[in-house]
Amino acid sequence: MSKIGEAGRSGPKVRSDCRVVVEYCDKGGLSLDISSKVDPMYGENIQQQISESCAKLGIENAKVTVEDRGALPFVLDARLETAARRANPEFDATLVPEMRKHCTYKSAADRLRRSRLYLPGNEPKFFVNAGLHNPDGMILDLEDSVAHSEKDAARCMVRNALRVVDFYGAERMVRINQGEMGIADLDWIVPHNVHLILIPKVEDPQQVIDVDNRIKEILKENNIEQTVFLMPIIESALGAWKAYEIAAACENVVSLAIGLEDYTADIGTQRTLEGGESFWARAQVLNGAVAAGVQPIDTVFSDVGDEEGLRNSIIEAKSFGFVGKGCIHPRQIDVVHKTFAPETAELEKAKKIVLAFEDAESKGLGVVSLGSKMIDAPVVKRALRTVDVAIQVGMLNAEWRKEVD
Amino acid sequence: MKLVKNALGRLVPVEVNGKKATPYMGVGKFKPDGRKYAPPIRTAADYPADGNKIVSDLATALKNAGLKDGMTISSHHHLRNGDMVANEVFAAAAAMGKKDLMWLPSASFPCHQGMIEHMENGVIHHIEGSMNGPLGAYCSEGKMRGMGVLRSHGGRWQAIQDGDVHIDIAVIAAPTADPFGNATGDQGPAACGLLGFALADSIYADHVIVVTDNLVEFPCIPWQIQGNNVDQVVVLDQIGDASKIVSGTTQITKSPDRLLIAELTAKFCDEAGIVQDGFSFQAGAGGTALSFALFLRDMMRERGIKARFVRGGSTQYLVDMLEEGLTDYILDGQTFDLEGVRSMHENSGHINTSPFTSYNFHGKGNFASMLDAVVLGATEVDVNFNANVVTHSDGKLLHGIGGWMNCLASKCTILPIPSFRDRIPVLVDDVTTLCGPGELIDVIVTERGIAINPQRQDLLDKLRGSSLPIRSIEEIKNEVEEIVGGKPEAPDVGDKVVAAINWVDGTVIDCVREVKS
Repeated sequence: MSKIGEAGRSGPKVRSDCRVVVEYCDKGGLSLDISSKVDPMYGENIQQQISESCAKLGIENAKVTVEDRGALPFVLDARLETAARRANPEFDATLVPEMRKHCTYKSAADRLRRSRLYLPGNEPKFFVNAGLHNPDGMILDLEDSVAHSEKDAARCMVRNALRVVDFYGAERMVRINQGEMGIADLDWIVPHNVHLILIPKVEDPQQVIDVDNRIKEILKENNIEQTVFLMPIIESALGAWKAYEIAAACENVVSLAIGLEDYTADIGTQRTLEGGESFWARAQVLNGAVAAGVQPIDTVFSDVGDEEGLRNSIIEAKSFGFVGKGCIHPRQIDVVHKTFAPETAELEKAKKIVLAFEDAESKGLGVVSLGSKMIDAPVVKRALRTVDVAIQVGMLNAEWRKEVD
Repeated sequence: MKLVKNALGRLVPVEVNGKKATPYMGVGKFKPDGRKYAPPIRTAADYPADGNKIVSDLATALKNAGLKDGMTISSHHHLRNGDMVANEVFAAAAAMGKKDLMWLPSASFPCHQGMIEHMENGVIHHIEGSMNGPLGAYCSEGKMRGMGVLRSHGGRWQAIQDGDVHIDIAVIAAPTADPFGNATGDQGPAACGLLGFALADSIYADHVIVVTDNLVEFPCIPWQIQGNNVDQVVVLDQIGDASKIVSGTTQITKSPDRLLIAELTAKFCDEAGIVQDGFSFQAGAGGTALSFALFLRDMMRERGIKARFVRGGSTQYLVDMLEEGLTDYILDGQTFDLEGVRSMHENSGHINTSPFTSYNFHGKGNFASMLDAVVLGATEVDVNFNANVVTHSDGKLLHGIGGWMNCLASKCTILPIPSFRDRIPVLVDDVTTLCGPGELIDVIVTERGIAINPQRQDLLDKLRGSSLPIRSIEEIKNEVEEIVGGKPEAPDVGDKVVAAINWVDGTVIDCVREVKS
């Protein structure tokens, strides 16, 4: 009896992917049937890779068909592994690519998270160039952008991407699924230098704690010393109600985000441009996050073609107190960064206040004054933050004080 | 076939289709003497005094022209993929039983794939002009009897003017014409803007036939083609499918990676000091080049900078810039969309040019070398900045040269290209076909960084300390090879030379080999 499994996509419109069919036989060895769009340039290379990968996966008697549309090596391996597993559910071999040096960089709890770019986890064609657009965070998504029937394929693809693809310094994030499936996702992700896990549709701090505990177990099992940060996403009325508890659920939570598509559906309304329907929830998430000492992060702006609308929505989010925005298209990233950056006048004023503050401190004065005006402590605090952000985004040299003198 | 190494180390034939060919000698090295080619002297006494040169149909016109086996028939490509005339000409020649003709188009399009049948049954011997799609495949597989010759737009003018190629009969599809043979492309149901690519044919061919579907009373104004060079006029019901001649709107790219490349290109131009009042540039109508023009436009608007001239192919975006006053002139070689056609018809700042004014290397200068910056595509670029524009990495003919080679003469030649397409590297050790010498290619802009030709120390100096991702070309190439899993295999080609690639001066810069299928 033969067992067949297939994975991936092919056809004239498919780019940078492939379809692999594995048909196990009782005997007869391995037979490969490979066709490729890039055959003249990489035909032999693909032939060699597929035979070696079959050997590593222990596929001995099988017919393996590959219809390649210019898939990169890590994609070919992911599709082969998924097809082999689908042909035999008891299959437990894996084909984990070698961890590339450019995948080993670290993150930090307090790094900037102004922009985070969503990449559908089962669409490898978007992966290799995504980091070139310089988002603060790169989200490989296993949740809403992946069809239910492709969850297994996406896990395998995202794992390989985490070990191979250069994201050029972006924080390496994965959005897992809800509930049990999300916990199971972690096995595929955590050992591969993921920096941050986004937990969708959180309504209770226990969900965050469960994820955190499972991550710690996996790290321990694999002898990895690393902290994986968490960004719970609030997407319902109940979640919004418990925003603070969720943000404060455990020490690895670094940000709290709001997702308005699901939230508005949950309260039985629709998103409007003015956003009156979500005012309370956003305020709740913002205050919950700040109270717990984590970054408040706003929802995505979904009209990719409307740059002006995006800019306005960021100005609004910034004035609300949010420090980050979700991006669903790379062209949104630069707009997000530019708009979140302090304005020139704002920065110049902040610099003066900081200098005045430091001057007062060095003279042991209790009161900070600028000209004839007294400066309150919260104003100093805000100015310090503005200067700090300006340095982080490269608007201001860290040695700016020398330049002022 | 005897092959010799040319100045770039490429093996090229010394004889092409029975004529002696000169191997490429270097940029500006080959300077032929002698006089230009000239058509025979004609006498007005042999033409109707009332100026009416209309004949009943194409077959009659070809018969009157003395069409014989082995002759060369030329055509132009402004009707692009909507052209019906070239097909009708060869259908008529086939019906007349003629054999072994040479077709000299200024470019060919998918609508011309019927020429394959004419080659199969002996009507056409070979094609000297761009070949892509099915024609490219036919030539690449070594099925054409003669050798293909690919020339740039300027190189085609040079070859005709110098007599390297002789045109027996030029057939000029004319969107509007009068009975005397004056013709224009800027009006009529098949309007395509201008007819610059047919100008050399009209001047140098032994016999000139104008074919129109929009006959107007004398005089046809403007006369982009002068009736004084025309022997006969044929009126057809339709010369072209308007929907395939120009596109209604030209598309800018939506690809984020290509937009990134276009934006980096514009920023590079800025930091290199190119974007100044009175500057000039040329960018094609491809998605990335169009987006580059838009980024440049925004930059010009923001700073109140105005260009003196922009070289077309024109599109609605260039027309907008002209109408907005961001440039004094569009010096246009071809119009790509309906807005371009309209503007050329209406706007005195939208100028009709030809390969003579813009590109011809055997002339007293040309516009291309005066451009401050030109933005072009390429299928491959090697680590010495040599570039390929005609073949794919699998060795098959893919594109014509167009004005590409001629534009390399600009003050700053920039190639915005992806570093790889799907899995296929664009940056390579050695280009499959060398169409542009690296010494003329100044900058490569990819999504993974900008590489400046080490020969342009001035540009390297200007960009020192820039926040732009300036890298060496090898560094970007190595990164790409790491991503795609190694260097590509060399194409599987045979010994047979199927096409010669001519440099702007008529010398052979490289050749294309038969691809084993």
